Amino acid sequence: MTEQPTSFAFSPENLEKAKKVIAKYPAGRQQSAVMPLLDIAQRQDGWVSVAAMEEIARMLDMAPIRVQEVATFYTMYNLKPVGTFHVQVCTNICCLLRGSDDVAAAAKQALGVEWGQTTGDGLFTLSEVECLGACTNAPMMQINDDYYEDLSAESTQAILEALKRGETPKPGPQNGRQFSAPEGGPTTLKELAFQTEKG
Amino acid sequence: MPKLTIDGREIEVEAGTTVLQAAEQLGIEIPRFCYHERLAIAGNCRMCLVEIEKMPKPVASCAMPVGEGMVVHTNNANVRKARQGVMEFLLINHPLDCPICDQGGECDLQDQAMAYGRDHSRYDEEKRAVAEKNFGPLIKTFMTRCIQCTRCIRFITEIAGTPVLGAVSRGEHMEVTTYLDSGIASELSGNLIDLCPVGALTNGPASYTYRSWELKKTESVDVMDALGSAIRVDARGNEVVRVLPRVNDDINEEWLGDRSRFACDGLKRQRLDRCYVRKDGKLAPASWGEALAAVAAKVKGTAGSKIAAIAGDQADCESMVALKDLMASLGSPHLDCRQDGAGLDASARASYLFNSTVAGIEDCDALLIVGSNPRKEAPVLNARIRKRWLKGGFKVARIGHKGDLTFKYEHLGDGASVLAEVASGKHPFFEVLKSAQRPALILGQGALVGADGPAVLALARKLADAAGMVKDGWNGFNVLHTAAARVGGLDLGFVPQAGGRDVAGILDGAAKGEIEVVVLLGADEIDMKGLGGAFVVYIGSHGDAGAHRADVVLPGSAYTEKSATYVNTEGRVQRTRLAVFAPGEAKEDWKILRALSDAVGKPLAYDTPKQLRDRLVQANPVFATPDTLQPAAWGAAFGGEGPVSDKALATTIDNYYMTDPISRASKVMAECTAAFGGGCGCNHKKTGTHG
Repeated sequence: MTEQPTSFAFSPENLEKAKKVIAKYPAGRQQSAVMPLLDIAQRQDGWVSVAAMEEIARMLDMAPIRVQEVATFYTMYNLKPVGTFHVQVCTNICCLLRGSDDVAAAAKQALGVEWGQTTGDGLFTLSEVECLGACTNAPMMQINDDYYEDLSAESTQAILEALKRGETPKPGPQNGRQFSAPEGGPTTLKELAFQTEKG
Repeated sequence: MPKLTIDGREIEVEAGTTVLQAAEQLGIEIPRFCYHERLAIAGNCRMCLVEIEKMPKPVASCAMPVGEGMVVHTNNANVRKARQGVMEFLLINHPLDCPICDQGGECDLQDQAMAYGRDHSRYDEEKRAVAEKNFGPLIKTFMTRCIQCTRCIRFITEIAGTPVLGAVSRGEHMEVTTYLDSGIASELSGNLIDLCPVGALTNGPASYTYRSWELKKTESVDVMDALGSAIRVDARGNEVVRVLPRVNDDINEEWLGDRSRFACDGLKRQRLDRCYVRKDGKLAPASWGEALAAVAAKVKGTAGSKIAAIAGDQADCESMVALKDLMASLGSPHLDCRQDGAGLDASARASYLFNSTVAGIEDCDALLIVGSNPRKEAPVLNARIRKRWLKGGFKVARIGHKGDLTFKYEHLGDGASVLAEVASGKHPFFEVLKSAQRPALILGQGALVGADGPAVLALARKLADAAGMVKDGWNGFNVLHTAAARVGGLDLGFVPQAGGRDVAGILDGAAKGEIEVVVLLGADEIDMKGLGGAFVVYIGSHGDAGAHRADVVLPGSAYTEKSATYVNTEGRVQRTRLAVFAPGEAKEDWKILRALSDAVGKPLAYDTPKQLRDRLVQANPVFATPDTLQPAAWGAAFGGEGPVSDKALATTIDNYYMTDPISRASKVMAECTAAFGGGCGCNHKKTGTHG
């Protein structure tokens, strides 16, 4: 069991945000705000503690177990503390076929941790996750809010090393592809010109 | 009203009825696990699949509202195949440990697997196992057996109003658990055992002590509180194994409070199974002859005016009428059935009844609770009030202690002065009551104990009249009793006769030597020190406070060991039935009194139960009509004059789990007290939804 803090309070800015979210729903339906509030709490602390769930339950006038049900249902709520960078590698079918095993191995090697572990310096937590909906750019991983796509073992390693150095690598496809345009340029509609930059 | 055809039979039902309910009206049984008629519809077990023509695939009938012209098939080959598929999935992770499961023999999954299960499993992979959860001392969990129907979650959230159960995680990893695994602080938690369609939640105290088919089932009535809930006493040999609720929509629907259900182990402990006579300051075993002779010797030399009798909270009407007759023949006017000294008026029946009836609470639209904590005094009634509250359009206020009642209410104040203010029409809540169609008040014993009890009763009457609580077809004046014997005792006039003393007077007299003999009929809740040097005869079932003080102990029967009459708080006359025999030499209480009357040379005029019941009817005609309610006449004013004190009107029950000799002897109730601090959750940490 993770050690739980005894109390939780939203920071003044986050409290403002939370109040704005709650105000979106009609009176008596404020429980609808539970997911955004959990997200705000997670952004504040990096994870959702029991104390945070209880505070949210209090704010929304609902039973703490109802908040816990939501928080445990969605894997994107971290119920344990995570590192500064939460590295989530997709290993579902599309990514798997496109080489997520290499990505996973490279990430494990670069960070020196296994799935679900945090590095000793508290900088990285490595997680294996289900499909994140970027199958066209498989394999991919999510680091905090950014998607890094079209990965290879090398590019994975490069991204993680850059983060270690304190740099912010450019999110998106790592193989020079534009968004999810066909790899290697257009294959049909050949006359259609991409990147029509004039001047 | 839509018309539909189910299995070739036409039926017209109300709009909004589900297909499953419509089928039930035709007597067609559809298998189900998650659906329960008293809970919200979940539709997650899929066992109730039926085929509806023009629909592309089988439909869950529990969640499907009927439509005009629907053609439903509930038992064709397609439906059976679909249900067999569902059953196969349900059994994938179910351990199939029926031979060692306490639910075996009364298990929905087992029964339905007989109809829809395969003879072997095609599943070769590993089954999932789930760690046991803490559901408190009353419920033993085997969560691997759980099929996630969520009935328990819905019950504890909707009916009990203590939302501490939930399903965490999802899919394969979904587990039903209590919040932070901290147990269930609810006084209705035992009902989860009945609701669980499999053996995931089983009777903790009785686990591994019975197989359901070995038990002799006796339908009876509960006396652990004043509601008189319908129960079934299950016994093996001469031992009560468990107590279950029966369906009685007038009182308990199909629920039962934890004390009523789990205190039955107290029936086996601390029992008086032979007579005792005090010799040289110590109680020594004696024969019936010796014990009765000892009483006779004392009584014969004592003037009637120096003899008194007090009836306890679980005394049955037969023994009370016998004791009353005996006291009359001895010439004693000193008798009382109000151990707590509540200022109840035995002369006006409407003044001590729950006139609106328990089911009538559902028609009420404004309620004032005075000096009562229904959650502790009658948890099933509290669930009824909550049910009404959930429907909306219901204003509740409370005078007395502030605490969680599982529904929101307005707290008006602590003392009787607030009641006086409401009654005089000056308080804003008076307008709420007055403008309501069917206003009601619940007057608890906490408001009636104490010197100002009669005055509080008069105030309540004044409020009832002023706010229009009594009108054609509606009487919202409700007294909530805590003792099963109380209404019966008042109906029989087991109160001080002309020139007689009440409980306080008897104790006072005994201390001063003016009362020399006191007969305690299962009365254990009075202050025994107050009895001074009086000669005490105790008739009862348990070695509790009364027996410890007694000079002669005559062993009586508990409610499961006699066929006896009780009157519940609504004034409903009901009978318990003998499920097991009293231990050792113990006898039915009225027979003891009959024998005692012979010993003192004033034989009572009845020898058989029939004659005694006739005497009951003669004493009060209400006893002629068991199980039916006779509305009580409102009549002229009742209650008493006088100033009211300003003490807080607190409930008379400190510890929900221990209120009477049986529950005090119960080990299970002691464990609950240790786990929940006697508060049944009322004193527990509040959760977000508590008002």
